Amino acid sequence: MSSFLARRLGQSVSILLGVTLITFCLSFLIPADPVRMLAGRSATQETVENIRHQLGLDQPLPVQYAKYVWRLAQGDMGRSFKQKTEVTTLILSRMPATLQLMAGAILFELLIGIPAGLIAAARRGKKADSGFMVLSFLGVSAPQFVTGLILLYVFAHRLQWFPLGGYGSLAHLVLPALTLGITGGGWYSRMMRSSMIDVLLQDYIRTARAKGLSPLRVLLVHGLRNAVLPIIAMVGLDIGFFMAGAVVVESVYGWPGIGQLAWQAIQVIDIPIIMGVTLVAAVSIVFGNFLADLVMPLVDPRLREN
Amino acid sequence: MRKTRIVLAMLAALCLALPAAAQAAGIKQGGKAVVSYKDDVVTLDPAIGYDWQNWSIIKSLNARLMTYEAGTAKLVKDLAADFTISPDGKTYVFKIRKGVKFHNGREVKAADVVYSLNRVVHPKTQSPAQGFYKSIVGFDEMVAGKAETLAGLSAPDDATVKIVLTAPDATMLHVLALNFSSVVPKEAVDKWGDDFGHHPVGAGPFELTEWSLGQRLVMKRFTNYFVPGAPYLDEIEIQIGLEPTVALLKLQQGGVDILGDSIPPARFVDIMKDPEWSKQVESGSDLQTGYITMNVKMKPFDDVRVRKAVNMAIDKERIVKMINNRAKPANQPLPPTMPGYDKAYKGYPFDPAKAKALLAEAGFPQGFETELYCMNVDPNPRIAQSIQRDLAAIGIKANIKSLSQATVIAAGGESDQAPMIWSGGMAWIADFPDPSNFYGPILGCGGAVKGGWNWAWYCNDKIEEMARKADAMSDPAKTAEREALWRDIFIKIMDDAPWCPVFNEARFNMHSTRVAGDAKSFIDPVHIPFNYGKIYAKDAQ
Repeated sequence: MSSFLARRLGQSVSILLGVTLITFCLSFLIPADPVRMLAGRSATQETVENIRHQLGLDQPLPVQYAKYVWRLAQGDMGRSFKQKTEVTTLILSRMPATLQLMAGAILFELLIGIPAGLIAAARRGKKADSGFMVLSFLGVSAPQFVTGLILLYVFAHRLQWFPLGGYGSLAHLVLPALTLGITGGGWYSRMMRSSMIDVLLQDYIRTARAKGLSPLRVLLVHGLRNAVLPIIAMVGLDIGFFMAGAVVVESVYGWPGIGQLAWQAIQVIDIPIIMGVTLVAAVSIVFGNFLADLVMPLVDPRLREN
Repeated sequence: MRKTRIVLAMLAALCLALPAAAQAAGIKQGGKAVVSYKDDVVTLDPAIGYDWQNWSIIKSLNARLMTYEAGTAKLVKDLAADFTISPDGKTYVFKIRKGVKFHNGREVKAADVVYSLNRVVHPKTQSPAQGFYKSIVGFDEMVAGKAETLAGLSAPDDATVKIVLTAPDATMLHVLALNFSSVVPKEAVDKWGDDFGHHPVGAGPFELTEWSLGQRLVMKRFTNYFVPGAPYLDEIEIQIGLEPTVALLKLQQGGVDILGDSIPPARFVDIMKDPEWSKQVESGSDLQTGYITMNVKMKPFDDVRVRKAVNMAIDKERIVKMINNRAKPANQPLPPTMPGYDKAYKGYPFDPAKAKALLAEAGFPQGFETELYCMNVDPNPRIAQSIQRDLAAIGIKANIKSLSQATVIAAGGESDQAPMIWSGGMAWIADFPDPSNFYGPILGCGGAVKGGWNWAWYCNDKIEEMARKADAMSDPAKTAEREALWRDIFIKIMDDAPWCPVFNEARFNMHSTRVAGDAKSFIDPVHIPFNYGKIYAKDAQ
């Protein structure tokens, strides 16, 4: 186990270094000048050069990158070009909202995806199957800003069950999490269905049925435990995915997550924030995968031996 | 919602106890307004803040030597109790008001004014406004890092500020009315360092009491504000993260009072047709012009006949209709509300036949192929398409390059990149209501440099000389003469046609029935757009 951990840790560090390097280079490849964006339209050439110098952007790229990595190693993500605030402070301020939305979204994904997938698999080829698969197709393909605005209009504006966007209570969380859950749930149900169908064809399921176990018990106890493994892997990926921010949903609902921060930073080429958010997302993806790797053996004893 | 009402009722009750001064104006203090914005406020440091959103917030948190009469472009004294300008126009002496307090309770002294102006110019501050102060003695030394303070700035005593210029500068008083010239206390800047932008302290009508990053800001009425009876509102809550469409729904439901990002274009027609809500819309004109630049350094736009042909080819009425009449067609660089605007000037007529003839005369009977840059945010790509269609009618095949704002600005700042740019979404709205601000950066030789904003790369020595002369006329008695000179300058520029002026945008804003104020308070051309100090709560009355 410890050698597994050490290996994963080593891999993670090199992945993260790679991500910082690529993001760093990309930010400088954009044919626009971050200093110009910062200096605004009335700045003279001297002002622009002065700001460039103050920010250290007049140094060669490798030097800038080395300095960035050196500071990062000491836990310093730098300060935002535009807001001047420490990137760490900005990202931390967005963390509670981001984590809440992530948890809510994954909960809805599972609540929607697993039952729908199970029923579709159990009723394979029947009406329930095609019904759920059409719904899941709709869920996956509907753009989130459309789903979001419809939910917002119906449940917050007309019915007034939930607040009209914003952040704070559990009631605020329901609609944005549901919007994300509908998209993800669509994917989950398809994955669940195909994985369950495979499992249901296995010999041990036939044995279980032959023993006279109820169909429900076969499905939930014998089938689910095996079929759920790909879903765990997907949740692991989603943790990373949502940590990078759900830009569309956040902007429809006014959710103060990390996606909004990233979006605003990208528009003004605020490199330290862009770097910071990318780094957080990369760390989360690595972490989510790692978590999935840890959980899967708990569910499937066969994985423990490997 | 119910909570807000209770708070409002409590605030209203509190108002009964307010001093008589507030009631003298006829409008009572008290109440609250909720303002919606989509994006988080970037910074509230007056030396740095320079966007649509923070401009009006910074304005209401701070005081400065000069300001404008509400809703107009008329300069009036703010922190200054009085001032004199020497006959040579080079020395300004300000007497500042006594007893003015910062939000931290300390009295504002002349030394604070000197400190604040020095701070804006100091390279370490990284202020985008540095260049506005170039006429103050010692500017070059400070920018070069050879001096820590401006030699031309001094405070002989606690109530006197002296500013010495290298040459007369008619825009100086406007510059001293800019947000950047706000007076801030040194101790607060030292305490917060780079984080001062999130913990602003000023001497304005409101003070910032809360800022939850990405969520909300709260400004409370500053009880020691030096103008008696002002401002009216007890509290302004700025809610962040509200998509304009959602913000509008919230306003209609009663959760928002002022739409910071204005009426979403997709709902504009509905609102204007609605008998009730249309009454809550205020409209006015900005000091703004939208134009097409033609790079005079790139072929074939180096030929004035080609540029004139483009001016005659564009159907401005159609473009204005396309954006729901939220603008008026323009025929010259200056917007109609700017001093120096020429009412008599007719501009180039919309005449595709004549435009075609001019093209033929310039040697392009079959037209030519070129590129039209625009910013990729609606409605700009649609406007560019309309321009494209008009150009095609006279044989010019313009390929549209719809790119991010930063990329278009970068292309415009290179002498050989963008033959044509549609300026929408980027330029130009005046920093201050003086015609010189519509010349130097966007039509003058100083702006025609790498990274500059003179995207037409137009540089005419004769015009430059006239502009220099106009800027030196700082004697208030010569205002009319100066205005006439600027009028002449802009019409002469139109003879060279480096731009095709398209329209002057109108500003529309909407507020709830709970708040009121002069229409100009919601569309102020100088506060851009809200004059928070002049808005009041109806339930406090």
